[in-house]
Amino acid sequence: MASSAAASSEEAVKAAKVLMVGAGGIGCELLKTLALSGFRDIHIIDLDTIEVSNLNRQFLFRQSHVGQSKAHVARDAVLKFRPNINITSYHANVKDTQFNVEFFKQFNVVLNGLDNLDARRHVNRLCLAAEVPLVESGTTGFLGQVTVHVKGKTECYECEPKPVPKSYPVCTITSTPSKFVHCIVWAKELLFAKLFGDKNQDNDLNVHSNENGTSKSDVFERNADEDLEQYARRIYDHVFGYNIEVALENEETWKNRRRPNPIYIRDTLPEEDIRQNGSSRDCNNDQEDPSAMASLGLTNPQEIWNLADNSRVFLESLRLFFEKREKEVGNLIFDKDDQLAVEFVTAAANIRASSFGIPLHSLFEAKGVAGNIVHAVATTNAIVAGLIVIEAIKVLQGDYKRYRMTYCLEHPSRKMLLMPVEPFEPNKLCYVCSETPLLVEVNTKTTKLREVIDKIIKGKLGMNLPLVMIGSTLVFEDGDGLEEDEAANYALNLEKFLAELPAPVVDGTKLTVEDFHQELSCSINIKHSFVSCATQPSEKVLEVLPELYGVVVYTYRYMLLDEFDEEKEPDGMVLTGWSAPVEKQVTSNGGNQSVASSSGADDADGIIEDLSTKPGMKRKLDEILETKENCDASSSAQVVEDYDDDDIVMLDEDPALAKKKRLQ
Amino acid sequence: MGCGGSAEEELTAQEMALYDRQIRVWGVDAQKRLSKAHVLVCGMNGTTTEFCKNIVLAGVGSLSLMDDHLVTEDDLYANFLIPHDESIYGGRSRAEVCCESLKDFNPMVRVAVEKGDPSQISGEYLEKFDIIVVSCASIKTKLLINDHCRKRTKHIAFYTIECKDSCGEIFVDLQNHSYVQKVGGEPKPKELTYPSLQEAISVPWKNLPRKTTKLYFAMRVLENYELSEGRSAFEASLSDLPAVLALRKEMCDKMSLSESQIPTSLLERLLAAGMKQHPPVSAILGGILGQEVVKAISGKGDPIKNFFYYDAADGVIIIGTTRIGHTVLQAKERRAMRPITLLPRGKGIEGYCFQQGTKFRGDRLQLTGKFNYLTLLYLATPQMPLLGLYL
Ligand SMILES: [Zn+2]
Repeated sequence: MASSAAASSEEAVKAAKVLMVGAGGIGCELLKTLALSGFRDIHIIDLDTIEVSNLNRQFLFRQSHVGQSKAHVARDAVLKFRPNINITSYHANVKDTQFNVEFFKQFNVVLNGLDNLDARRHVNRLCLAAEVPLVESGTTGFLGQVTVHVKGKTECYECEPKPVPKSYPVCTITSTPSKFVHCIVWAKELLFAKLFGDKNQDNDLNVHSNENGTSKSDVFERNADEDLEQYARRIYDHVFGYNIEVALENEETWKNRRRPNPIYIRDTLPEEDIRQNGSSRDCNNDQEDPSAMASLGLTNPQEIWNLADNSRVFLESLRLFFEKREKEVGNLIFDKDDQLAVEFVTAAANIRASSFGIPLHSLFEAKGVAGNIVHAVATTNAIVAGLIVIEAIKVLQGDYKRYRMTYCLEHPSRKMLLMPVEPFEPNKLCYVCSETPLLVEVNTKTTKLREVIDKIIKGKLGMNLPLVMIGSTLVFEDGDGLEEDEAANYALNLEKFLAELPAPVVDGTKLTVEDFHQELSCSINIKHSFVSCATQPSEKVLEVLPELYGVVVYTYRYMLLDEFDEEKEPDGMVLTGWSAPVEKQVTSNGGNQSVASSSGADDADGIIEDLSTKPGMKRKLDEILETKENCDASSSAQVVEDYDDDDIVMLDEDPALAKKKRLQ
Repeated sequence: MGCGGSAEEELTAQEMALYDRQIRVWGVDAQKRLSKAHVLVCGMNGTTTEFCKNIVLAGVGSLSLMDDHLVTEDDLYANFLIPHDESIYGGRSRAEVCCESLKDFNPMVRVAVEKGDPSQISGEYLEKFDIIVVSCASIKTKLLINDHCRKRTKHIAFYTIECKDSCGEIFVDLQNHSYVQKVGGEPKPKELTYPSLQEAISVPWKNLPRKTTKLYFAMRVLENYELSEGRSAFEASLSDLPAVLALRKEMCDKMSLSESQIPTSLLERLLAAGMKQHPPVSAILGGILGQEVVKAISGKGDPIKNFFYYDAADGVIIIGTTRIGHTVLQAKERRAMRPITLLPRGKGIEGYCFQQGTKFRGDRLQLTGKFNYLTLLYLATPQMPLLGLYL
């Protein structure tokens, strides 16, 4: 006998063709639940390959699958217990042009189990263009959410502004760190990049030294006669000692701040003379992946090393990079799965932290911060996948009155672990699903077209291959297949200030921006702002604030940076209708060293760990949990008042059960 | 079996690598405690399968499965641990086949089969375990096992989990449970005293909260029906409806409850479902139970107090024996919200941009602190002046 819920939906499920985007934490659970629920035609796209740290929750994968395509392996695993269904897997990026609007149109519903904001926004746009309903999801730790987006019926994924990468003022990173994450960003984005990365990249580290009257242009250059041990010690003294002394000379900076202590190697490791390049140590590091921890006999990544140990790890990891991985030096980019890189960054961040009186952290913790590792457990993904399927079935039945957004909580709150909320109607002012123009406030005389395209059109509006028109003049187009002269012309335009473009952009000019792949078009009204960057161009911070009614304000904030304290004023200005962005990235003069992908922090997905691009993510989770705890406390205080509201009473609070009273 | 749990003091590098993401959620100590915990599951079905998968991935010390029923074609539905190949499952018990698949999920967890009948379990036998999960058993068996658990000096956590179609029920008895819950960032020791299953289901219905979920009453009627008929759990079907309705009347009269509190349509739905479980609901229930077991073992976080209910058909999710209907927000209510001003730094709200952020559209809002979506949800119900934010 067929059960009622199944009976009414069985046909819809059998006939449905669904697209799953993402075969990670949520994806594995979702594919399994879809197959069990009777879905017979499932397409799945995922770009990633399997890693060891996936195995604790992505249960379709085994140790032997490490390195293989998630989409393909997930497909094969599910076919083992449901051999008679069709699963089509794509080991590809959902942003590839093969997945165009036509491709999306063949599906009855699209289910997202994605790990970044960028791809989510992209899929949202394609679903809107193809008019295919979208069920969106995300998890972080025990928290999760499932939402339904159906064009014209509910709001789209982008009707609410999403948190976007925010800048740490450069000076917080280079001069006045106050949190461990600032030290991590410094160690990873500046010091690591300077020592082991591309030498041609802009870098805000002070590389000059007047020590010993040398006129060396860049102290990071290794002298011809310098052995590695000497070099490592010189770098140590420069970045932790000399640079701090230089910073201390600026009395203004330290008026209201704790003064940092310069740290020199002779003080931290006085007993250790420059070692002979030890053959004894090398024997520990014959394996393929050299590790400073291994050489130094440090075994516990949970342990917080003291300053001396951190200094040893610093010197040793630096030495190992130059000695064992010489070929990579100059091309390295920090990777959370690179043990030696994590060791170096942990040690450097900790030494800097001790200098600034910031508590030190273990390698395990530092790796989480540096790699923006998202906390993930199997259970939340399983619950979220179940909720996705329940919503997908409603969507297939066109039962839109019963659509729900559902939030998973860590602890019962108002006696609920899962919270259903009625979906909101579309935001008429959303630039993605309606035609509301955006407003961008910008100094048209000092801003280049390139900045507007990179930072706003791509960075904030999430377009891939944009085209920009001013009136009827095409000033820029992206993508392949351009004529050579066109391409050259566009390249020229990119470097022009807005006011100097073939069709000048002035106050009140309207730009039309389009992305053919996403089938998205929107208008941007320009407001000229008189802010000038002349005073302290090196300190300018670029910031875009999606604002009230979808308005985007683009400003140069350069002026108050010395007084600017992002702790006190997380946004430094009054925002309207917008929630504080939680992601951080270093922004340096002009060159936006975007360490952050545009992944939104609210995405709270359990499968983000591969993006070494989400600084602030860990911090964010802690804050969520912490704030939530505050809420729990207040909500329990509420219980008494709300008793009449009859939805808060518990069995164990029933007066009839005196012995079952709760002890708190 | 025994599964002695010879967990070392420190986690190995292999364990650290495998469990990295979850250790970041619940900490090393919780992971160590997990690796020493022994779990017994009686009754293998789609829902307990989900639960087993979750705790094997989480890295419990050992998992023992008890279910001597031979696998039939019916078991294939909703159970992803049984391959669609009769040559594999033919003539073997549910526990044996599931055990084999589960072993693959995490080589660091011992998964074993326990032969036997849950209704014959002795209290002494249960001492081998820290966690007992019972499913697909009669209320008699559940009461018996719960009673055994309570009589042992060893602390044994007891759970039941049932899924019928798109309805689910979880019962939790942690006896005296001490745990730590962070309040305002500070870990605070807490203690809970649980009622036994017998006590929980013996509460006179008229003493229950007015909005107690209908599912609670319906499940009690079905239990009693099975008990009075001497049938094994879940054997009742739609043809039993007239007799079940008669029992409903009898119980409602005795308990002074209006029969309308247990709709015939709901009983019909539950009877028609029989053993059938809606897979997405199984996934949700198995996930919730997995999470609760981790909380119980780690002694971290507020656990479910006793009952958890879920009904996908209703779109209503309940915990406790009460129905929470008011949290489905009305769009109008939301739009009508007045602006708020946020409050002291650090205490406030961060734009954890959930959809609820909508309500802030249209008015200026100075962000000086940190939001969280819970707060936003609360803000959306006008009667909740949470954190004193609301104007
Ligand atoms: Zn929209």
